[in-house]
Amino acid sequence: MVDVTHGVAVPVAEVGDVELYHPRSWVTKYVFSQDAKVIAIQYSLTALSIGLVALVLSWLMRMQLGFPGLLSFINADRYYQFVTMHGMIMVIYLLTALFLGGFGNYLIPLMLGARDMVFPYVNMLSYWIYLLAVLVLVAGFFVPGGPTGAGWTLYPPQAILANTPGQQWGIILMLVSLMLFIIGFTMGGLNYVVTVLQGRARGMTMMRMPLTVWGIFTATVMALLAFPALFVGSVMMLLDRVLGTSFFMPSIVLMGEQLKYGGGSPILFQHLFWFFGHPEVYIVALPAFGIVSDLISTHARKNIFGYRMMVWAIVAIGALSFVVWAHHMYVSGMNPGFGFFFATTTLIIAIPTAIKVYNWVLTLWRGDIHFTVPMLFALGFIVTFVNGGLTGLFLGNVVVDVPLSRTMFVVAHFHMVMGIAPIMVIFGAIYHWYPKLTGRMLDDTLGKLHFWVTFVGAYAIFFPMHYLGLLGVPRRYYEMGETAFVPPSAHTLNEFITIAALIVGAAQLAFVFNLFWSLRHGRPSGGNPWRATTLEWQTPETPPTHGNWGKELPVVYRWAYDYSVPGAAEDFLPQNQPPMPRTP
Amino acid sequence: MAETTPTHIGAEIARPSGMRGIVADWSSDQRAFKNVSWGKAMMWIFLLSDTFVFSCFLLSYMTVRMSTVVPWPNPSEVFALTIGAEKIPLILIAIMTFVLISSSGTMAMAVNFGYRRDRRKTAALMLATAALGATFVGMQAFEWTKLIGEGVRPWGNPWGAVQFGSSFFMITGFHGTHVTIGVIFLIVMARKVLRGDFDHARRGFFTSRKGSYEIVEITGLYWHFVDLVWVFIFALFYLW
Ligand code: HEM
Ligand SMILES: [Cu+2]
Repeated sequence: MVDVTHGVAVPVAEVGDVELYHPRSWVTKYVFSQDAKVIAIQYSLTALSIGLVALVLSWLMRMQLGFPGLLSFINADRYYQFVTMHGMIMVIYLLTALFLGGFGNYLIPLMLGARDMVFPYVNMLSYWIYLLAVLVLVAGFFVPGGPTGAGWTLYPPQAILANTPGQQWGIILMLVSLMLFIIGFTMGGLNYVVTVLQGRARGMTMMRMPLTVWGIFTATVMALLAFPALFVGSVMMLLDRVLGTSFFMPSIVLMGEQLKYGGGSPILFQHLFWFFGHPEVYIVALPAFGIVSDLISTHARKNIFGYRMMVWAIVAIGALSFVVWAHHMYVSGMNPGFGFFFATTTLIIAIPTAIKVYNWVLTLWRGDIHFTVPMLFALGFIVTFVNGGLTGLFLGNVVVDVPLSRTMFVVAHFHMVMGIAPIMVIFGAIYHWYPKLTGRMLDDTLGKLHFWVTFVGAYAIFFPMHYLGLLGVPRRYYEMGETAFVPPSAHTLNEFITIAALIVGAAQLAFVFNLFWSLRHGRPSGGNPWRATTLEWQTPETPPTHGNWGKELPVVYRWAYDYSVPGAAEDFLPQNQPPMPRTP
Repeated sequence: MAETTPTHIGAEIARPSGMRGIVADWSSDQRAFKNVSWGKAMMWIFLLSDTFVFSCFLLSYMTVRMSTVVPWPNPSEVFALTIGAEKIPLILIAIMTFVLISSSGTMAMAVNFGYRRDRRKTAALMLATAALGATFVGMQAFEWTKLIGEGVRPWGNPWGAVQFGSSFFMITGFHGTHVTIGVIFLIVMARKVLRGDFDHARRGFFTSRKGSYEIVEITGLYWHFVDLVWVFIFALFYLW
């Protein structure tokens, strides 16, 4: 029963065509939609909106650090609340939601030649629970006492003690919101994993999947295994806060008063948190790795260098990242012997990571590089990621980390590696796929302006922070006060950083403007403006309609990277283009 | 990796067995687990994730049990029932465990009859499983009431480490919630089986393809998992 099309044997369809749920009204089409593409846009818009809140919070923090006292409403408590909400929103509600819920939902079915996710209804629930989580989080700003100021790591005991801002309601809302996020994410995550494993098109083997899908897939599997730790930690801390249990609470004398807690283990929370927290770094990094590989290959018109190696590096990084978590805890008071083990595993991760960087560079090597906006952002990613990765090697070593930990050096490190680098990819990806979503290109000039301001600006903000860290300027400090070891020049530097941050922030508004403006006035793009090979560019309609593929599902004949194949008529061969019939 | 024909050719060509079969399946197109439906794959992956949830709960419980400096109450005394004049340690837990393990048996039989399309027997066995599950939850409620009556609270108890009550209520509560969800799901599915939804492919929630009783098996997977978790709770909480 082998069906012969274009002289090539094609396997029979094992995956039955799904019966799609067809929306009957405007509400089921655009609001309670079960179409992965609509859900993806809902996820992305929600994530970007809450991300803007986090951006505004970063301005406020920078104002306080650069020009202390200028904004009189920022007091110490407020500052901690801003730090906490900024960090948590950026990491979880923006990056995780956007990469997995946004890009995952949009790209997985399209890139794999599926009509939709395998369980559209559950997928829809996933978004609505995510939205609820965001609303609960935002509610923190409006309750008495405000949002929690415990730092995004929420370390107990201080997270739930009196005197920590947001101790009344903020911390409760934060924990509830996290639990909701995890439940919602799990619903979506199961969908992404099963779709990749069991819902691919004919001819689409795992080793023909674009690296974007590999990155998102591995990250989702990791998230399904890492979020449970945060979930359990949140449940236990909520019980400590609300019912007065003592899971994480040792006996404490606060202001001369013996608290009712006793016998718990604060370090247990740190283990649970970082068992989630470190994989989380890669949950946002792996999709970025995948996407950037595809951007580079497409815009340099060259096949990705070492595809297999890239896949195995993604999988290896994913696996290794579960055994490095305690490198965040060198100064926590855990058994110092652990430091040796965790430093070793941390440094081992550098190997697959370096392989990926080499392969990106080798893909660019003698490529036909088009300096399109997505390509610029992809290059920006490589630079910032390498930069942040190198300082990561510093911090991975116990002896170096001990003096640097809790200084601005750490802030510089993680912003480079998991703040700016993934954000670069998100921007690149939006410029790259926007035409598929809307049928129009984003404005190029504005895009280039956006890139240069963001890229140069990000360096202006975060590069000097390394130096501040080496001087010993601590992180999470509302103001320096009369600190003798910090020279006055550090303050000038802080003013400079703040001004840069405000400029970078303004550039993001230009980007938001571009998103809306191009919706109407952008240049029409056609179905495949980048002349890319992957399936999402081969849909019969742009933007793709419900069910993605019209009557017939695509059949895949080749990998995703047939660019500039010698002898081919075009410089790219779509994955669903059959080989030339063999002459008998 | 230039032009090649798709590797996997037709289901009717015999697939290699063992390790090589796995490699062949994973390098083929369309699906990695050849005879596994979407629903079943989803349940397996969910259970893997849930395993991590329970592992974290149990590991945390063990950590606080070891970190607290106050002595831990003796489970065989705390969980003893006085029947007649005799104080029998762990008797209730033993019965609960027996009930839950038996329910796994009835569940397995339900799956079997489901595949034979014996609607009556399938539904009856599913309801029996649900009844056993409900009994389990009922006995747990009884145990909670008894302990609360004796003064055990999440934040303290008369015998020693406060973490005893906290971990007890948290872990058994979380597990009990899983059992309760399972019971509800079993009842809903039993009704669908009895009504013949799976033979007529009546549209609705969780009704898969016509003639497929797979959902019974998927429910079964969940149920066995919840049982298995109980064995660990039993061993680590009551026997330690
Ligand atoms: C223009 C962009 C950004 C600026 C100006 C900025 C600025 C800041 C500042 C000033 C702090 C507080 C430092 C301190 O006092 O300890 C901070 C903390 C933090 N930021 Fe950003 N940030 C930006 C983007 C991001 C992004 C994209 C992420 C995503 C990963 C991120 C994640 C964090 C985290 C996790 C913290 C730590 C919060 C804590 O200490 O609890 N930031 N950021
Ligand atoms: Cu880490």
